[in-house]
Amino acid sequence: MSAQEAGQSGVHADPSHQAWAAADPLLRVSGVSKSYGGRIGCADVTFDLYPGEVMGIVGESGSGKSTLLSCLAGHLVPDRGEVLFDTRAGGLRDTMTMSEPERRMLSRTDWAFVHQNPRDGLRMGVSAGGNVGERLMAVGARHYGQIRDQALDWLDRVEIAADRVDDRPGAFSGGMQQRLQIARNLVTGPRLVFMDEPTGGLDVSVQARLLDLLRGLVREMGLSAIIVTHDLAVVRLLADRLMVMKSGRVVEAGLTDQVLDDPQHGYTQLLVSSVLQV
Amino acid sequence: MTQNVQYNFAYLDEQTKRMIRRALLKALAIPGYQVPFASREMPMPYGWGTGGVQVSAAVLTPGDTLKVIDQGADDTTNAVSIRKFFQKTAGVAVTERTGEASVIQTRHRIPEAPLTEDQILVYQVPIPEPLRFLEPRETETRKMHALEEYGLMHVKLYEDIARHGHIATAYAYPVKVEGRYVMDPSPIPKFDNPKMEMAAIQLFGAGREQRIYALPPYSRVVSLDFEDYPFEASKAEHPCALCGATHSYLDEVIMDDAGARMFVCSDTDFCAGRRAAGHLGEMGVPVEEDRT
Repeated sequence: MSAQEAGQSGVHADPSHQAWAAADPLLRVSGVSKSYGGRIGCADVTFDLYPGEVMGIVGESGSGKSTLLSCLAGHLVPDRGEVLFDTRAGGLRDTMTMSEPERRMLSRTDWAFVHQNPRDGLRMGVSAGGNVGERLMAVGARHYGQIRDQALDWLDRVEIAADRVDDRPGAFSGGMQQRLQIARNLVTGPRLVFMDEPTGGLDVSVQARLLDLLRGLVREMGLSAIIVTHDLAVVRLLADRLMVMKSGRVVEAGLTDQVLDDPQHGYTQLLVSSVLQV
Repeated sequence: MTQNVQYNFAYLDEQTKRMIRRALLKALAIPGYQVPFASREMPMPYGWGTGGVQVSAAVLTPGDTLKVIDQGADDTTNAVSIRKFFQKTAGVAVTERTGEASVIQTRHRIPEAPLTEDQILVYQVPIPEPLRFLEPRETETRKMHALEEYGLMHVKLYEDIARHGHIATAYAYPVKVEGRYVMDPSPIPKFDNPKMEMAAIQLFGAGREQRIYALPPYSRVVSLDFEDYPFEASKAEHPCALCGATHSYLDEVIMDDAGARMFVCSDTDFCAGRRAAGHLGEMGVPVEEDRT
């Protein structure tokens, strides 16, 4: 059984697991704080993320969104607080106290991280097929034909033509690179996807296609995701819940439509009213 | 030639040799693991075998017989100069015959004749890190070795197949040692990879990169591959033009501007030995007067 099949059957096919999962959060974040010297990166962030849920984090530049995401994904070590993840084997476990091999294993199987700049998340010297296949090979796939078939399947799912499978990402447009990065991350069937401005730097028509694709994949695979963005349209389309950050703190949180349609906090009101109406 | 008294035995001072021997012992204890060592400046440029020379200096004893080969040949620049170096600084006996040597320093080849338990094979290694061109950060590659994250090595092989239709890596073909460490066997042709499970001790020295690694006798050495693209020890599909051998690794020699070429054994001692025993290829001559 491939890692992808394992991931999908583990999360979606097993009804007992689903019933159990409905009660327990996939990710439990409590009191996460990170400061850079005297400056606050993010302070005292607490929330639960349930399986199949998409959480949006919005805020202006410098509000601590990316710091928070890096803390959650294990790229940064928070000063305080804990990040509990519902591991397949051991239930809820603190990813900070987990051993490094375990955390790295997690980050190439159950987790995925989509960078704003696809160049950060792709291997530019390796063909598209190799990029998609890397995570499969990292979890032990050793059959070239099967790896290639899965790579082709995923390229198709992110709307990249099959004849581009042996091209390097450098030959791709920005939108294609971003879609390739998504394919590369989702191929092992992760349960939690971290996205840092996935549509940043793309023009609006490409953004729309990417969002459409992401929405389809998230619904189809039942992914949980945490999406950091400053683009309210992105969270309106993708996120079930929303957190608004300002100066490192969460100032408002709730259902996306509720927060966007009836903002309570002054900053959220400013944010919502700042969007240009075309 | 006798030893030049102005040099300590085998050029390096005793403390340096102790330091290298400690690294060698550690390397033998953890097969395939790259042990850092304080590589010294040697009287030759980096890339000419400074790592191999230091390892040889550390293992040589006055009673040893040394053989040095470069791409299989005993008579090329690198081999001749290193052999002379140890004749001058250690006064050890030298030979071109594989069977008579107790220490063999090699660049890019394993001798065709099987080695025995009382021999040591010393490799010159330019780049000890098999993951180097896939992951440029040394901190990261060390972590990958520590955590056995070797998926990336297969990405390289995947790229080969995707681009060329087969695993096109023909030398420095990555191997997994004793089911644990992935190791760069130095730029030997992959034809030689199966020979690495041998009776002799194999020591690898990388001078510029300051790393030593080793294979104890009879270590399990598996060349990485895919289930549907298994490893193949390839060689040119010709017999040797001089000795007619069909099972040795061959060099291709261009004969003229019209494209004529000949294939000859890369292991000169092996080829000469076969000719002395009466085997002749299509261009071979039975004369043996140049053999010492």
